Amino acid sequence: MRLHFLLVAVLLGATAAPMAADARSDAKKQVEFGVNVAQRGLWREAIYRWERAVQIDPTYAAAQNNLAIAYEHEGDLEKARVAYEKALELEPNNAFIKQNYELFKEINDRTTRKDSQ
Amino acid sequence: MTGRLAKIASSLVAVFWIAGCSNYYEIPIETPIKPKLDVSAFQRVLIAGFIAGGTDDVDGNVETTRLIRSQLRTKSDLRVIDADVLPLMEAANEDKPAPAEAAPATARDPAIKDDKDLEPYEHLFADVNYWKKIGEEYQNPLIVTGTVMFTPSSRSGFVQREQEVFTATGQRRVVPVRTYQERKGYRLKPKFIFIDGRTGTTLHSETFTEEVLYNANQATPALSSYFELMDRLLPSFLSTLSSQKIKGTRVLLQ
Repeated sequence: MRLHFLLVAVLLGATAAPMAADARSDAKKQVEFGVNVAQRGLWREAIYRWERAVQIDPTYAAAQNNLAIAYEHEGDLEKARVAYEKALELEPNNAFIKQNYELFKEINDRTTRKDSQ
Repeated sequence: MTGRLAKIASSLVAVFWIAGCSNYYEIPIETPIKPKLDVSAFQRVLIAGFIAGGTDDVDGNVETTRLIRSQLRTKSDLRVIDADVLPLMEAANEDKPAPAEAAPATARDPAIKDDKDLEPYEHLFADVNYWKKIGEEYQNPLIVTGTVMFTPSSRSGFVQREQEVFTATGQRRVVPVRTYQERKGYRLKPKFIFIDGRTGTTLHSETFTEEVLYNANQATPALSSYFELMDRLLPSFLSTLSSQKIKGTRVLLQ
């Protein structure tokens, strides 16, 4: 019985790794395309691509980071905050994400000042 | 052998890490900020003036009124009304019982030296009838008023600065050095109050605090410090009335 469970676990492990790799590869294609169009100023299309990338691979920090930047560019600061925080959760030591988030926070804090009525 | 393997493994990790980070692209972005206040019902804005206090070197009322008017003329869709600054101190004093021999108040009463001195005048901003009357006089504009405190400040303590040093081999290095310094400067604390000229009610109010400190032996004129501090908070003030676009750069990753 124990051997049976072990076999199932090994099989699952063996199939899960290539599946994850496939998901990352598909997500990466979306991210690349998104970067390309964002550089040409087509931010709506970039958002669509990066949202797809996040759906395919929710653990892809770069996609979350890019999505956050695009939301910020569109003025959707709440969505941007959520995406930045998700990106940082996935890669807490990524200096680029940290820098982007710090710059974003400066703007976001300005719009959500507590001393106004 | 194990040590060598570990070294190779760590260098490989470093190479892969750098390769992994090499796919990044700096991109300029413009973040649109929606105005905090919906001013679509107004075509005109009246900067009524401010109750100011603090240092005698700068007239916070006159300077703030002038600066805000000029900023709104270029950075807002509202038409700025050209009018004399309102005698707010007099209006505030009229409401409360005062001794007959009291000195005539000006918009910059020398008695106002700190935030506490402003308190007796605060009631004016909640006087709906007063502001409604002003609103009728100027054809129901958006009214901007409030208080401005501009006070000298000083602080002593350790500050970190970078110092250039040369090693025995003549190599130049920059090292952080902590030194004790006496610093003097100014603190600016304006409170902007936005009033609906049709009803006299307050729509929004916002307080800002900014401070600038210089080396004690550096003589910086009070007026230039005032403008330096106002320059810092003006984007936030303007974002209350009009949408702003903040330019910056971010890093896209792959």
